[in-house]
Amino acid sequence: MKYTKDHEWLRVDGDLVVVGITEHAATQLGDVVFVELPEVETVVAEGDEVVVIESVKAASDILAPTAGEIVEVNVLLVDNPGLVNEDPLGAAWMFKMKLDDLGVLEDFMDEDEYNDLIS
Amino acid sequence: MSELSRLRLHDLHLALGGKMVPFAGYEMPVQYPAGVLKEHLHTRAAAGLFDVSHMGQVILRPKGTHAETALAFESLMPVDVLGLAVGRQRYGMFLGADGGILDDLMFANRGDHIFVVVNAACKAADIALMKAQLSGACDVVPVTDRGLLALQGPGAEAALARLVPGAAAMRFMDVAFLDWNGVQLWLSRSGYTGEDGFEISVPDAALRSFAEALLEQPEVMPVGLGARDSLRLEAGLCLYGHDIDTTTSPVEAGLTWAIQKARRAGGERSGGFPGAERVLHELAHGTRRLRVGLRPEGRAPMREGTALYAGGVQVGSITSGGYGPSVGAPIAMGYVATAPATPGTPLLADLRGKMLPVTVAAMPFHPTTYKR
Repeated sequence: MKYTKDHEWLRVDGDLVVVGITEHAATQLGDVVFVELPEVETVVAEGDEVVVIESVKAASDILAPTAGEIVEVNVLLVDNPGLVNEDPLGAAWMFKMKLDDLGVLEDFMDEDEYNDLIS
Repeated sequence: MSELSRLRLHDLHLALGGKMVPFAGYEMPVQYPAGVLKEHLHTRAAAGLFDVSHMGQVILRPKGTHAETALAFESLMPVDVLGLAVGRQRYGMFLGADGGILDDLMFANRGDHIFVVVNAACKAADIALMKAQLSGACDVVPVTDRGLLALQGPGAEAALARLVPGAAAMRFMDVAFLDWNGVQLWLSRSGYTGEDGFEISVPDAALRSFAEALLEQPEVMPVGLGARDSLRLEAGLCLYGHDIDTTTSPVEAGLTWAIQKARRAGGERSGGFPGAERVLHELAHGTRRLRVGLRPEGRAPMREGTALYAGGVQVGSITSGGYGPSVGAPIAMGYVATAPATPGTPLLADLRGKMLPVTVAAMPFHPTTYKR
């Protein structure tokens, strides 16, 4: 698992990268009541706003961690946004991306580095 | 930003796991470990304890008669102060010369004085206004040695009555002085959640022990500002600085219920408050816009600032919005042009560039349960 400074996690799944938000991010957001997902086949650049998450407190954007194409989104979150709080690292994955080069994942933080960031 | 003030119960909030955020110049608990959703639902099901000690408490102590003080106070508000019976509380609002709302407040006739509770963000200006305008009739005395707690929800009466039996006999908007372990509590049966409940002013020295005694009651859970906001939004209650401010009049804001007959055209003390010309004109002829409830159709909450459209033209915007946990859907309030301000009218909201349907709706969104 790799992590971004924006509190997303990235997990390689075959030739795809699965993206979600960290437990720390989910806790900070509070109870999530709405998730808006991107369209599949959207080509995104690093930093594009791809997901909107609304908690009872506020709205936040989830940014594309790197350039690529969105190939799958987790539609379960639309009807059950609370999954983001229940299982942020598992069932509440947000989207899967196809990258030109999986090697860019090396640039992201590993778990120890991420834990240092949030401690 | 100047230094934040700390609540007297700061350490208790930390001990309860409260997450502290800046609000109106104070470090305030926005939520506890249960989270906004559970705190909200618990308040509707049992009882929530809120620390609202940041709010301003002020005593107006007559130099002459009560009537002179009441009439002086009426010169600041479109509200009947003189007609308020001893032991009763009423909602009011200070108006500017143009009829805009300077602050909204609660005031009570406590026999030998009037007790006023104002918003934290406005309290310095409110006290200055009252000192400048009322000093001929009364002493304006800020109460600086008491905290303010709100206990709200269907379990509030049972929980409080175990400590203060006399509280059970109070009705909605009654005020009373009641004793707890030799400490004089100032109570009102009111609040900001749409639920039955109490606001309790407690001397600083007893504030923590009284709060802890309430938290020991099985009904009671600490509740932060986050749920306070979602509860008041479901109840259709205005948040000053968002749903009402110096640019909104009480008629536009739908607060005409707070303007009693005595102060309206033909009333025995008609007018005589700042902005009376505008307010009386709007009461007679209506306004161009009105505050309304709004129900977004999908799941997406619509927040403050969201523009509203009808027939391709912007007709208003949202002033408060979010998810209503008891409603189970997003809710909002805002101002729209008078023509489309009727419940049931479909509008469109510009949400991040997408036009999404939203319907004008009656408020409150969740039925109120005041003990009248």
